[in-house]
Amino acid sequence: MIIIVSLLVLLMFISAIAALIFKDLISAVIAACMVSLIAAILFFLLQAPDVAMAEASIGAALVTAVFIIAIKRTTRYEE
Amino acid sequence: MRKIIGIILLCIIAWGIFMSLAKIPFGKSESKVGNYYVEEGRRETGATNIVTSVVVGYRAFDTLGEVTVLFLAAIGLGAVLATLKDKSRAVIEDASLILITGCKFLFPLILLFGAYVFIHGHLTPGGGFQGGAVVASGFLLAYLGCRGDRISKVGSAIFESLGGLTFVVIGMIGLAIGSRYFLSNFLPKSQLNTLFSAGIIPIIYIAIGFKVGSELSGIIDQMMEES
Repeated sequence: MIIIVSLLVLLMFISAIAALIFKDLISAVIAACMVSLIAAILFFLLQAPDVAMAEASIGAALVTAVFIIAIKRTTRYEE
Repeated sequence: MRKIIGIILLCIIAWGIFMSLAKIPFGKSESKVGNYYVEEGRRETGATNIVTSVVVGYRAFDTLGEVTVLFLAAIGLGAVLATLKDKSRAVIEDASLILITGCKFLFPLILLFGAYVFIHGHLTPGGGFQGGAVVASGFLLAYLGCRGDRISKVGSAIFESLGGLTFVVIGMIGLAIGSRYFLSNFLPKSQLNTLFSAGIIPIIYIAIGFKVGSELSGIIDQMMEES
């Protein structure tokens, strides 16, 4: 259990740093979506299913969609 | 230089958060009110899901404020997007047959799941906000897959207003009869673990589900229209 949680936290850190580093904004948004998704799994493993559902549906689905729509209207690559 | 200052500031903030959290024992509840909710929540509100008994039972007034915040955010976004001048309608090419069929197959199932989540909010994990978000993500899928179909603005506005109105009216009825405070649980609590239990909690959660679902779908609708 503790190993799974530690691995997930590590993965979450890597995705968060990747979201900061990527110059391609779509990739950055997907990495941020991954942070939300892993956070949802962690919430579920730590026995907070209510928060996990909110995080998965809002953080991973809707926010990602809103960001992608915004990127579509502006520029895709960061200088 | 700016980056170094930023890193130093972040380290200070992280240290402050760590120091304030280090004193709290992990996984143990020291607060009296939290323990009270866990022990007495079921008996007092009739909801098996303790989170729901807090969100819609003990702290229902806070939830009303939360719903209002979401409402204001949706209105603000609508106002900002309405000022944009160029509404150039780009020609959207049709999605492929596989995508359209998949979306049409999945869309009602996602709506059903969302409705299940907010109707059973007092029994199983989830509730109005989560269910509403699931419903909105179903609409998002429909927008991506079946392009050209739009939700009706009037319908979404009607459901949104009805949801908010139900919440406030039930609160007012609780003020008039029963324990005589706003949002008091005046309906019979019935038997634990059944669908028709916990008094006003399922009704309020269904109202919140409709409200949140139509608001978030409206936001998606506005953003897709502009893009």
